[in-house]
Amino acid sequence: MTGADFVMLSLVPLVIGTLAAIACALPGNFLLLRRQALIGDAISHVVLPGIVVAFLLSGRVAAVPMMLGAGAAALVSVVLIEAIRRLGRIEPGAAMGVVFTAMFAGGVLLLEQSAASGVHLDVQHALYGNLESLIWLDGYGWGALVDGAALRGLPPELMRMAVVTLVVVLLTALFWRALVIATFDEGFARTLGLPVRALSLGLVAVAAAAAVAAFDAVGSIIVIAMFICPPAAARLMTDRMGGQVAWSTGFAVLSAVAGYVLAGYGPIWLGQSSAVSAAGMIATVSGVILGLAALFGPRRRGLGAKQGG
Amino acid sequence: MLWQALTLGLGYNATLVTLGAAMLGIAAGATGVFLYLARRALVSDAIGHATLPGVVAGFLAMVVLGGDGRFLPGLMAGAAVSAGLGLLCVSWLTARTRLHEDAAIGAVLSVFFGAGVVLLTVVQGLDSGRQAGLETFLLGATAGMLRAEALSIAAGGAAVLALVVVLRRPMVLVAFDPQHAAGQGVNLRGVDLAMMGLALAVTVVGLKVVGVVLIVALLIIPPVAARLWSERVGIIVVLAGAFGGVSGYVGAAVSATAPDLPTGPLIVLTCFALFALSLLGAPARGVLAAGLRHWRFQRRVHLRQGLLALASGQPVYEPLTLRLLRRRGLVRADGVVTEAGRARAARARLDERRWQMLRSLPEFEAASARHDGLSPLSEVLTPDQLVALDRHLGPEGTV
Repeated sequence: MTGADFVMLSLVPLVIGTLAAIACALPGNFLLLRRQALIGDAISHVVLPGIVVAFLLSGRVAAVPMMLGAGAAALVSVVLIEAIRRLGRIEPGAAMGVVFTAMFAGGVLLLEQSAASGVHLDVQHALYGNLESLIWLDGYGWGALVDGAALRGLPPELMRMAVVTLVVVLLTALFWRALVIATFDEGFARTLGLPVRALSLGLVAVAAAAAVAAFDAVGSIIVIAMFICPPAAARLMTDRMGGQVAWSTGFAVLSAVAGYVLAGYGPIWLGQSSAVSAAGMIATVSGVILGLAALFGPRRRGLGAKQGG
Repeated sequence: MLWQALTLGLGYNATLVTLGAAMLGIAAGATGVFLYLARRALVSDAIGHATLPGVVAGFLAMVVLGGDGRFLPGLMAGAAVSAGLGLLCVSWLTARTRLHEDAAIGAVLSVFFGAGVVLLTVVQGLDSGRQAGLETFLLGATAGMLRAEALSIAAGGAAVLALVVVLRRPMVLVAFDPQHAAGQGVNLRGVDLAMMGLALAVTVVGLKVVGVVLIVALLIIPPVAARLWSERVGIIVVLAGAFGGVSGYVGAAVSATAPDLPTGPLIVLTCFALFALSLLGAPARGVLAAGLRHWRFQRRVHLRQGLLALASGQPVYEPLTLRLLRRRGLVRADGVVTEAGRARAARARLDERRWQMLRSLPEFEAASARHDGLSPLSEVLTPDQLVALDRHLGPEGTV
């Protein structure tokens, strides 16, 4: 494969995959420590009906209505989970399970109904995205990176993902101290006068924004895997929050790059003609990294609190 | 068409499929109760997603061996193996590392599902014609299901249900109080293994009908809905089985009426509708019942406060209180207290005095714990105790 081919076919998906991985892994670190790791799973399921409804209302596959629909669906799910938890006195895990499966089922049903009228949007796309299709037609070679005309032909997903990732990074940096304190010791955070509830809501909102943006570009498998696997692997490497975030970012980037390369070129090395799913491979690589960290990570046992548990 | 489907009028095969789905739903609902009571409902999400690589690997293995890749028992065996591996990973990550169970569940479900998708694209690359059947495992489909397949699903569901009946006692003990169960000589690891094994079996059996992504719903929603109706495990298991069975029946029947109605989502949405009805209408924990309780309580408080105000000669302005007093004939339309009203007010005032006295006397400590500001004291004390209390009140006690 030549440089021109690489720039046209692989560069943009690679960058989008990496950005999506970072945007999900950063809030994932805090969710993991707060024992809310499955929120990423729930969010990536519940946004489906929102996206489908937005599509049915607006009649086209466009970014803004879909983002709005996904956001609205996420909001509805949060309200529903809270309502079921309070009204029925049901434990949060089960309430979440009820809501996200039902909303996902509703989304699939709507999708299948609308698919009858010949529309380009299907369940497979929602589950494992279309990372490979985000090619840069104007990317004639490395020179295109400094060519204004060619740059305008970049897929819009790239810009969106970049902006969301930047916002996630900035917010994490800005609220770092407060988030860390509130995550480890909520009581202490409250005595300091930190808005604990707002922080927790804000964290979920940021996670939802990252999930929706990444979902649009790369499908829900990567979203769920990146929310959990890199932070979990990083947690087994270090006891320090800063170190954990750094490790998890490294693992996320490694998963995205190695997964994309393995999916695109692995089968060719093995003598096969066609590539395999990049989204699936990125999730698999992140799982392998987690497995290795669980076997050999220096802090895999913690501080003796859970021995033999 | 819909009515025909619901009354099993769409032919022999559709009837078998519908009954098979109902059997599956019963087994899943009953099994799910134990997972829910042990607070491990979401483990089944990991099991469901972890079956995908096994299904595709089973397909590949059968094709390599020269068979028909879509042979359902072979795919089920593959699914069982990879779901078992996934379960092992969850328990290993939880027991041997510092990660909690929710993180282990999320990691296993996303990674196994990702690996399954990779294998799925490998199959697509091999031979695009033959893999069309595998995509239906994502969301479940009953269209074109063979008679033998429907029968094996029904048989599998029945087998799981029989095992649930046999194992119900130890599973209930462990779900509620593992330490007590261990003290009774119950093998905790064995019961846990059995519970997970049953969940795995239901998942594998239901894969073809409900699909990898949504099978977890059949294990979670019916038990949660049933829990709203009762506090007794036996009743909850029966109700959850009934909810699951109805969902499987209705979902499969409705999906047989049109080609673009996928089975899995329909079954899950039927489950959710039953859950919503339970949340509204259940007798003790339902929203309507809670609303009714609140309404009654509000009325009792207003009536009591109104009577006490009348007894001390204060005017009542609050509209709801006034309405309640008027409707009971305690106050006339022009606001003047009636004879009956005066008597009720005096009794309320006496009751209030008695409560006050009671709460200051150490010998009535047990009774004073039941003070809620509403119950008449005559419901709490015996007539003899009332007489003894009235002695402390002095002349006022003889009103």
